[in-house]
Amino acid sequence: MRYLTARKRAEGKGASHTGTEHHWYMTASAVGLAFLVPVFLFVFGRALGQSQEAVIETFSHPFPAILTALTVLIGMRHFAKGAQMMIEDYARGTMRKGLVILAISISYAVTAVAFYALAKMTIIGFILGAMAH
Amino acid sequence: MVQFSLPKNSKIRVGKTWPKPDGKNIRKFQIYRWDPDTGENPRVDTYFLDMDKCGPMVLDALIKIKNEIDPTLTFRRSCREGICGSCAMNIDGINTLACIYGLDEIKGDVKIYPLPHMPVVKDLIPDLTHFYAQHASIMPWLETKTNRPAKEWRQSIEDRKKLDGLYECVMCASCSTSCPSYWWNSDRYLGPAALLHAYRWIIDSRDEATGERLDALEDPFKLYRCHTIMNCAKTCPKGLNPAKAIAEIKKLQLNRVV
Repeated sequence: MRYLTARKRAEGKGASHTGTEHHWYMTASAVGLAFLVPVFLFVFGRALGQSQEAVIETFSHPFPAILTALTVLIGMRHFAKGAQMMIEDYARGTMRKGLVILAISISYAVTAVAFYALAKMTIIGFILGAMAH
Repeated sequence: MVQFSLPKNSKIRVGKTWPKPDGKNIRKFQIYRWDPDTGENPRVDTYFLDMDKCGPMVLDALIKIKNEIDPTLTFRRSCREGICGSCAMNIDGINTLACIYGLDEIKGDVKIYPLPHMPVVKDLIPDLTHFYAQHASIMPWLETKTNRPAKEWRQSIEDRKKLDGLYECVMCASCSTSCPSYWWNSDRYLGPAALLHAYRWIIDSRDEATGERLDALEDPFKLYRCHTIMNCAKTCPKGLNPAKAIAEIKKLQLNRVV
């Protein structure tokens, strides 16, 4: 039981003076992803079902590799910030903070794995290309 | 965590069914009832009215029930013409004003509940203390720093027109209580009504506290909890668009950063 006035409850701890950057990032990244994702799906779709050598050959080229890296990087940052917003909607207290940390960690983990796979494919593709010549 | 089921003492049970009057044009009303003094769970009572002897609006029916059938039925009302905002309630699943919502707009039985997700004082009366405090927190008055002019604060016709669609809000709380974001985070999210009023003062050409007002709103919860669900605009009994006002505040915040 706390004897707080209604006004004090409404004011809370005041404004944090944040949120606009988050809002702007989500808007800007959504516009970026609207262009990136269809092109990525086209490139990724063409590589689907092909042999390992053909897939490595595709993603060792600069355009597919950079496109994939950008899609993963921007997509995962967009996911992390969007998930944070959703978690803040539904969860409270320590659970809220824990879930936000988890969402951010997942986004970084997925990004790291994707970058590692891309780097590996690029290096292998480069070696295979050099050996063929 | 957000709760998806009602606590045991809030679960609604079937209430009393009042006698059916004689007549050809009889309509059934199912109305939420809860009296904190009894300690019982809420219930839904069933009433029947002869529509040939009842006014056209939902509030007419409620007043008739209170006057002629059950004087314990409790609800707020005052102006009976959509100006005071007192009789806001959930009618046929829509938050609206009982005084301007026609019975002919409802198909089948008339189901009336208090505004959703607010503490109930009794029957159809929600506790709006926090809602009003949030409204007060956005400083709903003219803030000036320049010395008071000898006659009046002048405003051009164009600037005055910017307030149309905003000043008409009667603070009935229909919009805020229809907003899922407000249901889940009303302790920190200001809600559509308070933000519409905030925007009304931000764009008032006479107000000199625009920066302070925007500062006070820049917060992930106070402002950015609006996810453009648009329930507020859909339900507003005055036909206003709080979602647009909130979007305009976000644009102003963005203009300060980018």
